[in-house]
Amino acid sequence: MDISVEEPIRVMLAKIGLDGHDRGVKVVARVLRDAGMEVIYTGLHRSPEQVLEAAVQEDVDVLGVSLLSGAHMPIFTKLFELIGQLPEAPRFAIVAGGVMPDEDELALREIGVAEILGQDTPPETVADVVRKLGVAAAAR
Amino acid sequence: MTAISPLAERVVAGELPALARALTLVERRRDGVNELLADLHRRTGGAQVLGVTGPPGSGKSTLVTGLTAEYRARGRTVGVIAVDPSSILTGGAILGDRIRMTGLAGDPGVFIRSIATRGALGGLSRAALDAITVLDAAGKDVIVLETVGVGQAEVDVLAAAQTVAVVSVPGMGDDVQAIKAGLLEIADVHVVNKADRDGAHKTVAELREMLKMTPRTVVGWNVPIRQTTAATGDGVARLADTFDEHRAWLDTSGEGGVRERRNAGTRIRWMAEEFVMRGLRPGAPDFDTAVAAVVGRRTDPAQAARELVRALCP
Repeated sequence: MDISVEEPIRVMLAKIGLDGHDRGVKVVARVLRDAGMEVIYTGLHRSPEQVLEAAVQEDVDVLGVSLLSGAHMPIFTKLFELIGQLPEAPRFAIVAGGVMPDEDELALREIGVAEILGQDTPPETVADVVRKLGVAAAAR
Repeated sequence: MTAISPLAERVVAGELPALARALTLVERRRDGVNELLADLHRRTGGAQVLGVTGPPGSGKSTLVTGLTAEYRARGRTVGVIAVDPSSILTGGAILGDRIRMTGLAGDPGVFIRSIATRGALGGLSRAALDAITVLDAAGKDVIVLETVGVGQAEVDVLAAAQTVAVVSVPGMGDDVQAIKAGLLEIADVHVVNKADRDGAHKTVAELREMLKMTPRTVVGWNVPIRQTTAATGDGVARLADTFDEHRAWLDTSGEGGVRERRNAGTRIRWMAEEFVMRGLRPGAPDFDTAVAAVVGRRTDPAQAARELVRALCP
């Protein structure tokens, strides 16, 4: 047993709401897997409640939500509202991915989104950002 | 009852965040994990532990979802441990079993956890067995371990289940035999899933033939072959009944006690191996001293090993 091997970061990737486009999130899943992370994918059309329940059970380090529907503001607002109702704050950092106008970025960060990875983010950047957030969360 | 740690107490009380946290601690082998498991171990033994295995695409996750819903309808709480393979090259993994289990969302009586195999060196065995301990102590009535069952470690883990179900599907032909070779001996129940497909009867017949040819040390339990169509729920209730029948047989025949002792022995050996692997490696001060002493002919390897092992667990 080599105990010096770094333990894998656990990431959940979620699709919430009426958004049937998951080609991007599947590519991200493979990018993160190939960067040595363990990725739990929820599948399409989940509700914020379902995603949060799964993320708490899996005790992930990072929760990535992919949105291409334009409904990112109400969905993230709802998600953080639900997080506020949890008996204890979860460890994971929340990352928004997909298509979101630049002018919404500040508002998203204000409600608690840790990072926003737009559709033009290079794969290496995605892996680096998620790893950095994951390492910090794993220490919590 | 002796005092237990606050986290263990919260796990036993069934608090969800504590349960999720405890599973992370055992998987990551964080400090204090052995103390936590020691506290929890005394609270185990109440759960019915099922192992479900079979080749990729045989419908295990869907079947586990159906079984879980069936147990919930019968008023029993369920913990699911879904195992998926890690990449040998990068150590990463995509854990996709939850995709099939969405129907179980929103029920506080169901707890699902995904685990990656993380290489072949016993990592899975410990993580999965310790996860069973945590879920058992948390009071889950039924614990279902779902795995592809490839490799010795996974077979060892499956052996820890009270009842092991091996899932096949029609149309795999001779492949079925190849895949089943290592698993046939530990199957307590065979499931032919996707039984609405052509060839289900042929698969059942093939399994029956194989069972006739397999020498089994256990007598008194005729391994049944159940047909299910997990996607529609057909046969799932009957399968749950079969698991309960097997559980009852384990109790009355004494085989349950035999398996529990064998499992306890395996777990003691794994822990001992972990202590040895951790303590006896280059870089550990006593180990390096012993290496120098053996090279210098001041002691012999066996004597050095005796002293090191004795010093491992004061």
